[in-house]
Amino acid sequence: MDILNKISEHLQLGDDEKVRIFTKEAIKAKISPKEILNNGLIFGMDIIGKKYKAHEIFLPDVLLAAKAMYAGMDLLRPMFIKGGIPTIGKVVIGTVQGDLHDIGKNLVGIMLKGAGFEVIDLGNDVSPSEFIEIAKKEDASVIGMSALLTTTMPFMKIVIDLLKEERLIGKIKTIIGGAPVTEEFAREIGADAFGYDSINAIEKVKGLTGMT
Amino acid sequence: MEDLLMRLNRGEILVSDGAMGTMLMERGLEVGEPPESFNFARLKVLSEIATLYLDAGADIIQTNTFGASPLKLSFYSLEDKTEEINRNAVLAVRKVVGECAYISGSCGPSGKLLEPYGDTSDSEMYNSFERQMKALISADVDIICIETMTDLREATIAVKAAKTVSSSTPVIATMTFDPTPRGFYTVMGVNIEEAAGGLESEGADIIGSNCGNGIENMIKIAKEFREFSSLPIVIQSNAGIPEIRENTSVYPETPLFMAEKAKELVNVGVSIIGGCCGTTPEHIRAIRKVVDSVN
Repeated sequence: MDILNKISEHLQLGDDEKVRIFTKEAIKAKISPKEILNNGLIFGMDIIGKKYKAHEIFLPDVLLAAKAMYAGMDLLRPMFIKGGIPTIGKVVIGTVQGDLHDIGKNLVGIMLKGAGFEVIDLGNDVSPSEFIEIAKKEDASVIGMSALLTTTMPFMKIVIDLLKEERLIGKIKTIIGGAPVTEEFAREIGADAFGYDSINAIEKVKGLTGMT
Repeated sequence: MEDLLMRLNRGEILVSDGAMGTMLMERGLEVGEPPESFNFARLKVLSEIATLYLDAGADIIQTNTFGASPLKLSFYSLEDKTEEINRNAVLAVRKVVGECAYISGSCGPSGKLLEPYGDTSDSEMYNSFERQMKALISADVDIICIETMTDLREATIAVKAAKTVSSSTPVIATMTFDPTPRGFYTVMGVNIEEAAGGLESEGADIIGSNCGNGIENMIKIAKEFREFSSLPIVIQSNAGIPEIRENTSVYPETPLFMAEKAKELVNVGVSIIGGCCGTTPEHIRAIRKVVDSVN
């Protein structure tokens, strides 16, 4: 247990090198990869999320912690039977068409991974059809869309309308977020959830996938 | 034109212009298109906007070069056009303002994050800003305005680049703060004391804040800057956080409201007052009136 604590502590400090060393040590000590993941990496990332929410730490700290988390995950990945980190759900995320602001979306991706989700990040300037095609192909249960410009917000509605057309509403849930996006707008366009910040988004995605 | 810093040091209050982005959207800027795409064949639009702000009473007119550092332009594969984009923007403004206003070369964030939390080295960042500064300064801007910064390291690298290219061109440096339960911080975790100290020691001549969360927050921010620095302070507030009304976004703060609050900015000792996102020539005209009543 001590070693898992060390992983969590060094993850919180953003020390990827130490996280790598202690993850290796934990593997050597025959701690199950699942336990290292849940009680080491994800545990540490959860604390980072809470501190970020409380404004005790800021973006650079989160980015460094994420880097450390990935360092640990890379070592664990080959140890799982299917060669993949076990997940509690699959989420496709991206910034909607014509929007190059991506820090918020990246944070959501980091926090989702940190909460144990598999994340397929389509990046910036993602077209409505791309969201749907990839979500279908990957059998994802949630599509997360971010916009930072009011002018690109209507593209979120197009994605939801396309889901309706393809009768995928309910099967693939939607969550939206970004500075100009509001709860009211989410309701208006028929999104399943609205995340007012990255931490809230993760709580909502957990809700959508029945994890809470 | 009289030296900017001398006027400020004498206690004069100057007015800078309002938004560029929202003005360009009204004039055909498409979604996903960089504002700098106007700097080739649509220079008339830039001259028109400069004229509107000049007529509204602005002493300082900004160039349409907020995203014109090569690192930022590389998002649109336009980095090879850095010199042309910056030069054209300055000339389009100079053409209409002549010597009636100071031209301020706008320089926004690179859009990249520095190592170790990002993938860009200090020297890459420096080279990018230096290239933009050279282009702006060789086109004869009167001021360099480094703005909307959230990372103090990036901001100081930009200030250093500007001062290295020309030690005599006044440099404005502003950062964007959000209110948190623990006070004002940028998204990158910089508070006002750190911002004021860092920007001043790198050689910025005028410091302060732009964009943000409405002008009422700016009054508190300005007070804090005053507490931590004796340099002239600049405040360029947005017209509040946009609200969605019937599918279009509306900036809630009216010219009258912002002008009323500008009085308080004057009272806390702000030297340059202007606008950011959502402010229009009408906002600037209203602020001008307030400033004229105290100057």
